[in-house]
Amino acid sequence: MPVSKETLDTIALSEKEYQLIVELLGREPNEVELGMFGALWSEHCGYKHSKALLKQFPSRARHVLVRPGEENAGVIDIGDGLAIVMKIESHNHPSAIEPFQGAATGIGGIVRDIFTMGARPIALMNSLRFGPLSSPRNRYLFHGVVSGIAAYGNCLGIPNVGGEIFFADCYSDNPLVNALCLGIAKTENLTRARAYGEGNLLMLVGADTGRDGLHGASGLASRTFEEDTGLRSAVQVGNPFLEKLLIEACLELTTTDWIVGMQDLGAAGLTSACVESAARGNCGVEIDVLKVPRREKGMTPYEVMLSESQERMLVLVKKGFEDRVKALFDRWELRSDIIGQVTADGTARVKEGEKIVAEVPVGLLTSPPVYRRRVRSPRWLDELQVLNTASIADISPRKANRILLTLLASPNIASKHSVYRQYDHQVGNNTVVLPGSDAAVLRIKGTKKAISLTTDGNSRYCYLNPYLGGVIAVAEAARNLVCSGARPLAITDCLNFGNPEKDDVYYQMKECIAGMACACRELRIPVISGNVSLYNETRGKAIYPTPVVGMVGLIEDVNKHCTAGFKHEGDCVYLLGCTRVIDSSIGGSEYLQVIHGMAKGNPYIDLGLEKRLQRCCLEAIKKNILTSAHDCSEGGLAVALAESCLLGGIGFISVDLDFEGRLDAALFGEAQSRIIVSVSPEHAWKLDRLADRWGVGMTRLGTVSGKRLVIQGLIDLAINDLAKSWHNGLANSLKWRG
Amino acid sequence: MRFGIIIFPGTWSDKDCYYAINNIIGHDAGYVWHKETDLSQYDCIVLPGGFSYGDYLRPGAIARFSPVMAAVEQFASQGKLVIGICNGFQVLCESGLLPGVLLPNEHLEYRCQWTYLRVENESTPFTSLLQKGQVLKIPISHYDGRYYADEVTLKELEANGQVVFRYATPAGRVTAAANPNGSVNNIAGIINKKRNVLGMMPHPERACELLLGSADGNTIWESIVASIQGNA
Repeated sequence: MPVSKETLDTIALSEKEYQLIVELLGREPNEVELGMFGALWSEHCGYKHSKALLKQFPSRARHVLVRPGEENAGVIDIGDGLAIVMKIESHNHPSAIEPFQGAATGIGGIVRDIFTMGARPIALMNSLRFGPLSSPRNRYLFHGVVSGIAAYGNCLGIPNVGGEIFFADCYSDNPLVNALCLGIAKTENLTRARAYGEGNLLMLVGADTGRDGLHGASGLASRTFEEDTGLRSAVQVGNPFLEKLLIEACLELTTTDWIVGMQDLGAAGLTSACVESAARGNCGVEIDVLKVPRREKGMTPYEVMLSESQERMLVLVKKGFEDRVKALFDRWELRSDIIGQVTADGTARVKEGEKIVAEVPVGLLTSPPVYRRRVRSPRWLDELQVLNTASIADISPRKANRILLTLLASPNIASKHSVYRQYDHQVGNNTVVLPGSDAAVLRIKGTKKAISLTTDGNSRYCYLNPYLGGVIAVAEAARNLVCSGARPLAITDCLNFGNPEKDDVYYQMKECIAGMACACRELRIPVISGNVSLYNETRGKAIYPTPVVGMVGLIEDVNKHCTAGFKHEGDCVYLLGCTRVIDSSIGGSEYLQVIHGMAKGNPYIDLGLEKRLQRCCLEAIKKNILTSAHDCSEGGLAVALAESCLLGGIGFISVDLDFEGRLDAALFGEAQSRIIVSVSPEHAWKLDRLADRWGVGMTRLGTVSGKRLVIQGLIDLAINDLAKSWHNGLANSLKWRG
Repeated sequence: MRFGIIIFPGTWSDKDCYYAINNIIGHDAGYVWHKETDLSQYDCIVLPGGFSYGDYLRPGAIARFSPVMAAVEQFASQGKLVIGICNGFQVLCESGLLPGVLLPNEHLEYRCQWTYLRVENESTPFTSLLQKGQVLKIPISHYDGRYYADEVTLKELEANGQVVFRYATPAGRVTAAANPNGSVNNIAGIINKKRNVLGMMPHPERACELLLGSADGNTIWESIVASIQGNA
């Protein structure tokens, strides 16, 4: 074999894959061609380990306009001639090496995926995971990521409406930085990333091309972290100002009929942009690397083709319209150059002047091998799922106050306000519900409608039971939307796992995806886009399996949206859904982790009940019966009640609840399918009737009242004291501790 | 009565200002590209928020050299109304139309949050419909919002009633805790001596509907309209 193992390692191809390329091509590839294969056959671009599994996701529905993989992002129709474009993407590996730029360019990339399609980006969200803040390195990563998101996102004028932040040991040195962007477009202005029409022109717009980000897709995203330290040059540097100009100029362009398509340059740069748009349009492309404006002298064709310099767009211009397109970009002071043209022969041809430096059939580059593997459940999992509750001391009633305050101050539950206030969450004049509620709500101007947006994914549950963890991730995201009064419409998912070549990790991925797909089918929510991030490992240890579900829902009448905070003195408070106390529900809970230092047990969910609960709650909100609704999740019933008090600035007094079973399970257990609602006393009978009709349990918990949270015989705390723990929890854990 | 909203490369509050003026107040606003120099069709110029030229060098430092800024200076010298919001305030300070500077926030973090502004001077064209001491709920969103001026300038500003808004508690008390960025004397907005150029860090265009949390920002646009139409 003429290439060395080291060369193959640089581009993360196996020897077998190399042999396959030689066989398909009928000859040895040259250096440029091999680099192109490496990039497009990487997991990041080619999904070779995940493609077979991802087919399980349901993606068809009447309102779905663009399905996963068809374009840069998924699209749904929301009526009134409007479409929602949405996608989530990971930037984990770059952020682990250079957190500020890694997180910043993560925003840049996902925003380009949205406006490429002719949609104006109207919301950003981030799902973040870090190791414990007791470590200086993790604090550094946390600060870097948050300020990178703020610096880049705030400059663009797109509101960042929250998301989630979660801490666990497994993310030490390997943070997860997932960015979601949602855009809105007139259906008629939707633009495709397709190259077609022989003779049409390829125009490169925006930043010059440099050596930054070489091997981002094949290198960074396809290997584990101990190998990464020498790859700092694989991290790109962002220029949000340039991105802002690109947004405005490209959106202006999508209202003309001068172009046939548009594609952003992300992972694998020019290579993937040209080849993927040619593949979608069933044609060929020919480009001349000498026509690509460069940031540095002496760049080789290989470097030009694989550079991941940020803020670049490929515009497919109709022949004869190039002067008009150029004039539009000139007005925005953006550089634009014609670098090639569309051909009819189905070949990706790269030239350096007259010399051909690469010539490969497009179809070969976009058909990487697909791996399917048979794996069995790892033995350690069985042991992990057994939680002997008898060996864990239950709490005594007089310690309940202290434990509640401890949980409220723990970073996973504490208010994330100190982070979200660093993001502009109001620009655009649409944000109705600010970050920090179950879901963010944005109204849609010119209509009565609003959308509701959330991200969710409890990775501890997925670690303990990958299948049910996957089910719960989808169910809980939907429950969050329902609590805001929205009907769930679509999912974008970001699947973060370890090295899929290891049996245990592949098993986790396979089971998580199967569980998510099951919940999607049961709750009838299609998956419209997504991203896979593998090889999230440090020192041979994988992260928890972490599927992140981004979900959007529709509120028909924005005035009927619902929030989590209690509203009026005297309102009756009920628990809807699973009303039994189940001792095993402390398994996998935040309580078990924080108080007993244990991640054990087996989460459980009844999807049938979940579905009825969500229908019941949504109907109650639509009929104006509820004054508040809050998902009961991490920290259990006591934390959920405390949050409803804190968000509403008003207290709660329970009835005599007479719990059966363990007290810790009653207060802090995390049984699924539970929503805490408040309702004015004269409407209580209506809720009762609805719950009865949907076959959903309903228990009276107490009354909204005063300035204290009182759970008779167990909890009695002033709202101000709850607030101190909850508001300062995150800031306190970030304090310097020598 | 027509508002002109200036767009620099990197401006992002242009659409929000347009929405608040056209869709909520029901008055006419149009966009002005940064290369234009003829402002004769406008009665009030709005310099909106954003990151003009990416805030590179210093916020507003590059935008002040835009062709349109010479026209804005001319426009202001004729006594016509100019309002700069957030980045627009920064541009006005950089161009010398307003005294003082806007430094990075004291805590060195970006801040997006609701603030409460106490009206300090009701006898300006921008506050003509307001009462002295009235409190407005209007949000901020900036990294460089800490107003600073040397002692002499500051004394003069205070003595002339050029401080128009101060950060305060919801009840209207001016306290250190109510100051979101470390601005000297809790200053949120100032006016020039001639009282026709106003700069403020908070975003009145965002406080345009109760659905979004407050409609208090509308009073500023309405004051402008009342002043101009009263003069006409």
